[in-house]
Amino acid sequence: MDFSLTEDRRMLSDSLTRFLADKYGFDHRKTVAYEAPFHDTDLWSEMCELGVLYALAPEDAGGFGGAGFDVTTVFEALGKGLCPAPVLGSLLASSLLTSAGADQAGLLDGSVRYAAAIGELDAPYDLDDIETTFEGGKLSGRKSVIYGGNDAEVFLVAAKSGDTLGVYEVKAADAQVTGYGLIDGGGAAELFMDGTPATEVIADARHALEHALDLGRLALCAEAVGLMDATNEILLDYLRTRKQFGVAIGKFQALQHRAVDLETEIEQARSITILAASRIGEDDQAKIVAMAKNLIGRAARLVSEEAIQMHGGIAMTWEAAVSHYAKRLVMIDAQLGDEDYQLEKVMAGYAA
Amino acid sequence: MDLSFTQEELDFRDEVRAFLDEKLPKELSEKVRIGGELDKEDMDRWHAILNEKGWLATGWPTEFGGPGWSPVEKHIFEEECAKAHAPRIVPFGLAMLGPVLQTFGSKEQQDQILPRILDGSDWWCQGYSEPGAGSDLASLKTRAVRDGDDYVINGQKTWTTLGQYANKIFCLVRTKTDGKPQEGISFILVDLDTPGIEMRPIKLIEGGHEVNEVFFTDVRVPASNLVGEENQGWTIAKFLLTHERTNIAGVGFSMQGLTELKALARRVKRGGKPLIENPLFAARIAQMEVDLEAMKITNLRMLYTAQTQGAPGPETSILKIKGTVIRQTQNELARRALGPAAAPFPSEDMFGNAALAEPEDVHNAATYFNNRKLSIFGGSNEIQRNILSKAMLEL
Repeated sequence: MDFSLTEDRRMLSDSLTRFLADKYGFDHRKTVAYEAPFHDTDLWSEMCELGVLYALAPEDAGGFGGAGFDVTTVFEALGKGLCPAPVLGSLLASSLLTSAGADQAGLLDGSVRYAAAIGELDAPYDLDDIETTFEGGKLSGRKSVIYGGNDAEVFLVAAKSGDTLGVYEVKAADAQVTGYGLIDGGGAAELFMDGTPATEVIADARHALEHALDLGRLALCAEAVGLMDATNEILLDYLRTRKQFGVAIGKFQALQHRAVDLETEIEQARSITILAASRIGEDDQAKIVAMAKNLIGRAARLVSEEAIQMHGGIAMTWEAAVSHYAKRLVMIDAQLGDEDYQLEKVMAGYAA
Repeated sequence: MDLSFTQEELDFRDEVRAFLDEKLPKELSEKVRIGGELDKEDMDRWHAILNEKGWLATGWPTEFGGPGWSPVEKHIFEEECAKAHAPRIVPFGLAMLGPVLQTFGSKEQQDQILPRILDGSDWWCQGYSEPGAGSDLASLKTRAVRDGDDYVINGQKTWTTLGQYANKIFCLVRTKTDGKPQEGISFILVDLDTPGIEMRPIKLIEGGHEVNEVFFTDVRVPASNLVGEENQGWTIAKFLLTHERTNIAGVGFSMQGLTELKALARRVKRGGKPLIENPLFAARIAQMEVDLEAMKITNLRMLYTAQTQGAPGPETSILKIKGTVIRQTQNELARRALGPAAAPFPSEDMFGNAALAEPEDVHNAATYFNNRKLSIFGGSNEIQRNILSKAMLEL
């Protein structure tokens, strides 16, 4: 049993954390995260030079990581720094390309921006609900809220060919892409396809898609842990310094006990994220990842709502950092399967 | 990051399993499985079996006759015992007084008392709480006044668990009334045969006799029975509270509880189908299972801290809060699963022909009510939050 990070991962975590603190400070983030392209493209290149994307792919795919704990190391740091860069889309696409055994040198060095177009308006989480079709080399359908899709050059699209779910590559230039910003920062896009030319990447992609989504969910869990740690730090600092009735408000038991409850849930969230990272590639990967995303969904919303409440009015303002952490913490639940969706997956194993 | 046990730890787990398989009497494990009440004979019997193997004082170092286990080995042992429905080791002598004497006791006290805890000659109980001193333990009033070579004790203790089986009691008593309340408390050992002591049972919410109140009227105790220095009692009490916390989460019991809850929900039917197929009920179980999975890792993380950095810090209070709530949620779901069949008072009549359900269901509601204690005793969950707020969050 060993709960410490390897030396390599600790170095990556430290350098990415320091990089984000230095260059992606809150004021800069607040500016770029809400204006197209909804992140800083110069800093994107620098992050890629740091090796952030290489850490997400295994060695035989050209990266130097790809294990569960590599993914959590990167995303926990991204969460701590509230980074709006489109790393999640890159992770999903990289995982699909790894499954396909396809070249991803351009993705990993950051020169070609990929996004994974999986969810649809009426199929936000479940692969069974996908209606986009592939026929005769062409794709038709609409993909919705594609993370990082607003400035992606290549889309990897999940679509049905007959009864089989495959993954197909579409150039952004060949399709209609409507990009937009997200309420919690960062960008996404709608992808409209109507007889759009596409090339096959994976013919039968069920397993590859599930795996990519599990990695994405794990990444979101780790991002949430980083976000919760940062939010908690801001909150505790506020409780220690904000005075009302002549004392620091942290002296009030009504707030103390709630702060402890947040700390408890954050530790539980950290624990289950560690567990999920350790199960990537194992038989129970899907179940444990679902458990993790369920707990994260609950914990993240609790931390967000309580941090706002305990701050009071100041957390309702755009100027306060805690507001932006709070938004990201709540909206993370709706990415790649919310707490109810994940709980249903846990329950699915009960009947037998 | 590596969440798995080492090969040595896995071998140890196999050894524990084999031991339990061979030595744990079926009558005892069945009683534990159905939630029945164990009597003194049952508990003494299990203690003797463990003592013969050298596994009774799980937290003691080898120099005092313990197995010298690491926190992880201790955890493995506790988890396997829970899985096998072994009776709980009664903690008062073994997990509480033992470590106190090893840290604060004199050589004579260690030599005289520790072996008698191991071989079952003495059964210790705890005299901490008083009617007016529960969560605010430092306000305790039971007085010990020095008179020659003795202390004379007057006052009342309460919530004395299994005191009806005990021949000895360790007490916190007031030896100084001025200054800060914490600074006037001493830790003293008392023979329950001493004249002036009366023990009365307290009947609990579910009808059981588990705790007692103890009255002291002019009880003369030799001054040599003091542990540590006079007025050092609060330090000892705090040591005791932070010691022996690795099993505070009760992870083993909760894992067993989850298995039993699922079995129950598969067995009972609603609307012609197993209850577990009801999505509302299944969701309640699933949410608790997720919390438990996380709790298992939180527990291991704190064990890892204990193993690599010595004693764990105040964060173990998290285990107490979360662990007890999970356990209580299980009891609540099990009670709901059984429905009205949970209502009859447990009695001999409820077995055999008249049984509404299986033997393990008879104590279902009683267990639910009895386990409301989990979030109250050992420092209520609110006190744990006070501790965490101060020591961990620095509020």
